[in-house]
Amino acid sequence: MSIEEIQNEIVEEFSMFDDWMQRYEYMIELGKSLPLIEEKYKTEDNIIKGCQSKVWVHAELEEDKLVFTADSDAIITKGIIAILIRAFSNQRPKDIIEANTDFIDEIGLKDHLSPTRANGLVSMIKQLKLYAIAYQTQLN
Amino acid sequence: MITTNLDIETIREDFPILKRKVNGYPLVYLDNAATSQTPKQVINTIVDYYSRYNANIHRGVHSLSQEATDAYENARRKIQNHINAAQPYEIIFTSGTTDSINLVANGFTSFLKKGDEILVSAMEHHSNIVPWQMLCERTGAILKVIPMNHEGEFLIEDYAKMLSKNTKLVVCNHVSNALGTINPIEQIIALAHEVNAAVLIDGAQAAPHIKIDIQELNVDFYTVSAHKICGPTGVGILYGKEEWMTKLPPYQGGGEMIAEVTFEKTTYADLPHKFEAGTPNICGGIAFGAAIDYMNSLGYDAIASYEKELLEYATERLLSITGLKIYGTSQHKTSVISFNVEGIHPYDIGTILDKLGIAVRTGHHCAQPVMDYFNIPGTIRASFSFYNTKDEVDNLVAGVEKAKKMLG
Repeated sequence: MSIEEIQNEIVEEFSMFDDWMQRYEYMIELGKSLPLIEEKYKTEDNIIKGCQSKVWVHAELEEDKLVFTADSDAIITKGIIAILIRAFSNQRPKDIIEANTDFIDEIGLKDHLSPTRANGLVSMIKQLKLYAIAYQTQLN
Repeated sequence: MITTNLDIETIREDFPILKRKVNGYPLVYLDNAATSQTPKQVINTIVDYYSRYNANIHRGVHSLSQEATDAYENARRKIQNHINAAQPYEIIFTSGTTDSINLVANGFTSFLKKGDEILVSAMEHHSNIVPWQMLCERTGAILKVIPMNHEGEFLIEDYAKMLSKNTKLVVCNHVSNALGTINPIEQIIALAHEVNAAVLIDGAQAAPHIKIDIQELNVDFYTVSAHKICGPTGVGILYGKEEWMTKLPPYQGGGEMIAEVTFEKTTYADLPHKFEAGTPNICGGIAFGAAIDYMNSLGYDAIASYEKELLEYATERLLSITGLKIYGTSQHKTSVISFNVEGIHPYDIGTILDKLGIAVRTGHHCAQPVMDYFNIPGTIRASFSFYNTKDEVDNLVAGVEKAKKMLG
């Protein structure tokens, strides 16, 4: 599936919920399905700065696709990064770089995008894209 | 039922913001240690200033300028009286506590030499650490940390042992922002003076709860931010003892702070103007005065006794939650509760509480060394003001229980 198709799928899933509590409960569930980063990659270098909680992300190229693993010490943050990874993992770096992230608004996480939010959703997206840029250069 | 002389329901009417809803729930504002809300008496002062007499001060001969100058200087005297400083010119208007601390740290550059020591408590806000580190970098002075215990209390005996003839400055908060501990500043000041060290007390967190007497304390520098005591943001004061403030070099150059300027040499104005370069936050200063009037109209004794009851009630209720731990357990505390729930990240709880309209602070509270001491990433901090109610405490407790259920 393309990034866009996955994003649409996520939006559809979230549209089933009537209130914030169900959305957050689902997000917490998704956090549990996060492809976990190997302990050895939980280094200072792999911590995403700008988050109130710790978030580690690791990227690896498998053939021409980028595979992300991650973890966080906060459950909601784990849910957020799980959603991002579901959309961006196993995709070609070029597609990751070009992908837009409007689906975040549509699933009701817009307030997490505000710069006053210390959870660093913006930093997470930026970091995933930076990995994509780095590996794209490698592929070229 | 809490017994108090304050009519809390009437007081709440003074704060328009308390009527709003957040995420569909009535706002429960428990982030008062970050900033307090503004009563209509202060809001009206701001509106009145811009509606009737907005003008630049100290220079104009026209009526508006005179009125604005009178109101601004009147605010300075109100603050002087409020803290019982000896002279109005010992009150320097700044942009807030951070600015006040930087003013002093900057001024001390010429007073310190290599090997001199600055003592700082272990429970400081970053704003009372970093300016001193920078001062040490400039001068070669050494920053030494006065330890605290697991209750989050200042260790006075350890401190006494650290003082020496090399100690030039002691800096400490009156009340810890992260823990709520009230520090024994009377003793801290007296001991420092025995070795002729100057003392700066960061009063940002004390000002909304404790009325101080500068002359009785005999402190050298004391800082306050208006926005912590129902005033506007972006304005505060530095109290500086006259003998220090005449010695201290100016902080910033500009208009207002000069006596005479030629391209060869400039002479500086007298206190307080020497430290007030440029057009100040005139409206903010006047509104700060109005905030002090408001606080005094309620009375600090009444505020303190009500907040104490609120703190005791909240502490007891929160501790009824299994796995909840409070950081900062001194007997001498303001109405601040920093806590965590076992196995749950403070950020997660803060996020759920926000969804329920409950505003608390989560994170390290700009006091990372305090979090490191307790070996935690941060806490949830609920800080109560005189306009908070027992019902709001109950809301908080129910919110934490709900978050725990969702996240656990």
